[in-house]
This record gives sequence, C-alpha cells and structure tokens, in this order.
Amino acid sequence: MTDFLARIGRSTLGSLSRLGRASLFLWHALAGLPSLVLRPGLVLAQIYSIGVLSLIIIVVSGTFVGAVLALQGYNTLVNFGAQDSLGVLVALSLLRELGPVVTALLFAGRAGSALTAEIGLMKTTEQLSSMEMMAVDPMRRVIAPRLLAGFISMPLLAAIFSFLGIMGAYFVGVGALGLDDGPFWGQMQASVDFRDDVMNGVIKSLVFGFVASWIAVYEGYDAEPTSEGVSRATTRTVVHTSLAVLGLDFVLTALMFG
Amino acid sequence: MAAPVSDDDCLVDIQNLSFARGRNVIFNGVDVRIPRGSVTAIMGPSGTGKTTLLRLIGGQLRPDAGSVAVDGQVVHKMRHRQLYALRRRMGLLFQSGALFTHLNVFENVAFPLREHTDLPEMLIRDLVLMKLQAVGLRGARDLMPGELSGGMARRVALARAIALDPDIIMYDEPFAGQDPISMGALVTLIRTLNDALGLTSVIVSHDVAETARIADLVYVVSQGKVVESGTPEELMASESEWVRQFMHGLPDGPVPFHYPADSLDDDLLGKAP
Repeated sequence: MTDFLARIGRSTLGSLSRLGRASLFLWHALAGLPSLVLRPGLVLAQIYSIGVLSLIIIVVSGTFVGAVLALQGYNTLVNFGAQDSLGVLVALSLLRELGPVVTALLFAGRAGSALTAEIGLMKTTEQLSSMEMMAVDPMRRVIAPRLLAGFISMPLLAAIFSFLGIMGAYFVGVGALGLDDGPFWGQMQASVDFRDDVMNGVIKSLVFGFVASWIAVYEGYDAEPTSEGVSRATTRTVVHTSLAVLGLDFVLTALMFG
Repeated sequence: MAAPVSDDDCLVDIQNLSFARGRNVIFNGVDVRIPRGSVTAIMGPSGTGKTTLLRLIGGQLRPDAGSVAVDGQVVHKMRHRQLYALRRRMGLLFQSGALFTHLNVFENVAFPLREHTDLPEMLIRDLVLMKLQAVGLRGARDLMPGELSGGMARRVALARAIALDPDIIMYDEPFAGQDPISMGALVTLIRTLNDALGLTSVIVSHDVAETARIADLVYVVSQGKVVESGTPEELMASESEWVRQFMHGLPDGPVPFHYPADSLDDDLLGKAP
C-alpha cells in the first residue's frame, strides 16, 4: 500500500515537474518571437515544412470526410424528407467541429511527430549544443520559428480541410445522389453564421495550433538524447496532442455553444 | 608541477571545481589555470569528465561548487546576454562534429558568419573557402554531412569553430578517427592556428603522443582530481607511477583496465549478487 502511494506521489510530482519545465520552455520560446520580425524567412521555411508539406494528407482527408458525411447524412435526412438540409449539416459539422479537430489530429501525426523527431535528433547529435556554443540561441533560431509556424499553419489547414470537405459533400450530394444544388448552397448560406460558426471554428484551430506546436517542440527539446528517447518523445507528442485537442475541444465547445 | 600562471596571463581560471551527475562525482576540488596564448591539454582515461570540463568552461553546465572564470568573468554567474557575448569569443569542436545535417559543408561553415555578421555574400564565400582550405576540405564544400567520414566531419567542424576567429578554441578529442595523414596535418594545424591567430587552445584527448607534440601544458585528470600538471616532458619523466602508466600507455600499473566488478569466477558461477 505504501509502495502504491509512493508510486502515485512520484508520478504526480513527475507530471507537475514536466508541466513546470514545459511552461518555462514556452516562456523562453515566446521571448524569442519578437526577434523573428527581422527574420521572416525562418518562419516561412517552417510554414512550408509544417503547413505546405501537410497539404496532401489534409486535402485527401478533408475531401473524403466531407464525402462520407454527405453519404451518411443523406441516408438519415432522406427518411424525414429533409435531404435539402444536407449542406447545412455538413457545413456546420465541418466548420464547428471536424475541421479544427481532425486537422489537429492529422497535424499531430504528420507535422507534430516530425517536429519532435527533428528537434530530438538535433539534440541527440549535439547540433543544439553546438548552436549554443556558437552563441546562437536555439530557442530563437530553432524553437520560436517552429512554434509560430505551427500556430499560423493550423487555421489555414483547417480552413482548407473544411472547404474541401464541403466540396466533397457537394460532389456526393449534388453530383452523385441527385440533390438540387440551390437548396444545398442556399440553406447553408442562411444557416451558417460567420461569427458563431466560422469564427468559433477559427478560434478552436488557433488554440489547437498553439497547443499542438507547443507539445511537439517541447517534447523534442526535452527528449532524452538517445534513439529510444526520441522514439518515446515522438509517441508522446502524438498521444498528448490528441488527448489535449479532444479535451480542449469539449471545453471550447461548452464555452462557445453550451 | 608547472610554473604558476599569473592572473594576467591566465585566460581560463578554474578554482576548486566540484561537479556531480546524480551520485556520480565527476570533479571534486579541481584547479586548472589555462595560460593565454598556450596550447593546454586536458588528458586522462575515458570517463574522467574531460568533455564535461569543456562544457563547464562554455557555460553549458553549472558547477556544484567552485568557479570557472574566462578572461576574469565567472561563467556561471553571467546573464544570458553576457554568456552569449562570451561564447562569440569561443570555439568548441565537438567530438561528433555536431554539423547541421540539413546544411552542406559550405553552409555549415558559413552559419556563424551569417548569424553574427552582416558581411556581403562574396566576403562570406571567401572566408568560408579559406577556412575550408585550412582544414583541407575546400573541394568538399558541396557535400552533405552524411557524405563525410567521421574524421572529415570533425575537420569541417573545426573550420566552423574558427570561422569567427575566436580568442579561445576548445577541441574535444580532435584526433579520434583520423587517418595518419590527416592526423599529422591536424596536429600541425592546431599548433599553427594557435600561434598564427594568437588563440588559446584547450585540447581534451587521450592520444598522448599527438597531444604531447603540440601542448605547452598538460593537466592529467582522474577520479575527479588533477593528478599532475606540467609540460609534456615533465609528465613523461614523472615519478608518479599512475602518470607514467598513462603517458606511456603501459598495460600494467595502478590504473585498472576493468570497471570495478565482482570476481569473474563468482559471476560465471552465478554467486555474484
């Protein structure tokens, strides 16, 4: 029993210690952001690496998620003669929930894991140490541009995801299932509110982008400098980001729509 | 022991340094004084914390007790900005080379110049080519780090370490993995760079013969202490059995080859705890 309590205590202290280190790390990374004004190239390179190179998975996933939503939604709505509301159903689902959440989960798997592995390997191979010894602060040169790039990329990726999801639903609903495109777009236009639906979705994706990028760069920087350490850090990035995104989504949804 | 170094002549002054990693005591009351303009070697068996000493000088680690001062400034009491200003005057050649894997050889050497100067591209190109010429790798400028051998990677790292013409340059095992030709050239290069550029060089190594050829002063470190210091000739003629065994690479002596363990018989018979 004592051992059990001691284990819980150690685990709690360990978690609190990690949270403290992560917060200090974030503070130092945020302090490095102003210097990026003079070097936008560093951020643009990371937006390419994090955002542009994630486009394929976002494009494919967004299109198919929208298409499946349309198929499933149509089969239910048609029972009530409400198939003309398919556009609203798909648009609200994507803009409010699926766009930001699924994009964040894909981001964690594609870009977050890559960020953690890259920074973890830079640590393992002493590249970060050598940068420090060349009087170049890795927090400003390596961490801050990646953090900002993730924050900027996520809402853009979520917007692309939602747009292509709606287009996927359009091709299935109007193109394949024979719905009239007038009600499809008309009802969507009448029911989707820019502030309540679109902007709340954007706020969610900004929050997810910030949290996902923070977790990814922190796990890389805090990784044990061994191949196993980098592997564990990469796994932690995907798991922690996914859990954080799903948990935050509930909180944000309750605040915005509850 | 070597002649005392006056405060003015001393660039790195380490006093009563203690440092431990967990329960493992690395240094316990170490005093090292590195004279300005000299080539000073820190030698000792593997695992004695020679690399750790370089990281303490560079301010990447903080001592548990004692002080590490560079040019009169105590490194671990400096603010972030002061420490980075000091590091611009330092070069550290990592044992692994620690080259940036996403940059080619040329860009690796150009990195500190691009970060710290506003020099025009033509001048950066000329400087990088001169540094690469010094280490014999001007022709390898377009290669990626993954295409280099371990020895070549360290020579590129050396070119990068001297790119900003530092006051002090620290070499972590510079001779490991070098072929005999490169080794000879590197030994000469370290001495020449030191004398021609007026640097202060600190070499961490256990390649006794090569290091002794160019070092002005040698500190032999073991089990957390400085065992002896002096010129290479003085250490070669040391009366200490320990120092003689190390400097001459003798298999028998007070330094055990084996890490402490139970007897082999007990281990094989499963009697060891």
